[in-house]
Amino acid sequence: MAVKDYIRKRFFPHIWCPGCGHGIVLNNLLRAIEKLKLKKNEIVMTSGIGCSSRISGYVDFHTLHTIHGRALCFATGVKMNRPELKLIVPMGDGDALAIGGNHFIHAARRNIDITAIIMNNRIYGMTGGQFSPLSGYGTKGTTAPFMNIDHGFDVVELSKAAGATFVARTSTYHVKQMVDILADAIDHKGFSVVEIMSQCPTYFGRKNKLGGATDMMTFYKDHTTPVGSKEKKANPELIERGIFVHEDLPEYCNEYDKVIEMAKASLK
Amino acid sequence: MGKPELKELRINRDWCKGCGICVHFCPKEVLDLDQEDKAVPVKPDQCICCMMCEMRCPDLAIDVILK
Repeated sequence: MAVKDYIRKRFFPHIWCPGCGHGIVLNNLLRAIEKLKLKKNEIVMTSGIGCSSRISGYVDFHTLHTIHGRALCFATGVKMNRPELKLIVPMGDGDALAIGGNHFIHAARRNIDITAIIMNNRIYGMTGGQFSPLSGYGTKGTTAPFMNIDHGFDVVELSKAAGATFVARTSTYHVKQMVDILADAIDHKGFSVVEIMSQCPTYFGRKNKLGGATDMMTFYKDHTTPVGSKEKKANPELIERGIFVHEDLPEYCNEYDKVIEMAKASLK
Repeated sequence: MGKPELKELRINRDWCKGCGICVHFCPKEVLDLDQEDKAVPVKPDQCICCMMCEMRCPDLAIDVILK
């Protein structure tokens, strides 16, 4: 099945700005799904609110465009009811970690078989460029015209601490790695987190004088390094990318089935 | 298997927004933006079929079709 067979062509061209990284995430998410040879009917995508969350409108799977920060809650409901389906939840950085921060850490803690994709553009793009929990100290946004004094989360460390059993990071520059990581994440039985650094040239790029989309992608190329590389020791400023955690632990729906069996047995 | 050969570099002009990502990252300068800010293959004979333009296109507007 070709990649374009997975999209709802009637909604194209999409609403994202020229050079927006979210389109690259969509492009390569479809390639990962094609690599896994999944059928459209096997996939459910739930999303919340924001530029990133518009992605669910463009894919021809079962899709739920839900409320801000609560995409993982809807996904949990679908998964508990139909555990055989693949749940993919793309979220923006604000949607996942500010508005939906609590839902995010608890979904990770339960190790429910859902793939959470954090499309990290470090800003609230749709509402006009307010700083987000991933903007980071010293950056600028429309609500921080002088300087943002909030420190950013490290998505990888946060996900590890919360108990996610698959944690990875990549960028919109590293598209081949993105396909491989997304395929591994979707295939993983448990809670998977994939952070994808995604450029917002319209707001984050402009407010922070980072240039256009190509400049921001070149930054990802020059300022990242594979996880565990020597370069990171020499230059701690580099951002590591790759798979940080990949372990098998009991999955939530399987464990819940066991409780149902125990309850049934107790009635005999 | 020999090297992949290009049959056609197809650009969907209705979907292309002229961001220039394909032009900038093409290792062989195959693509350029025209007067309407749409990507066009100006040197298709130079294409090595690395597929990077197709994969990095945010608008899903590029198809690298192989022979």
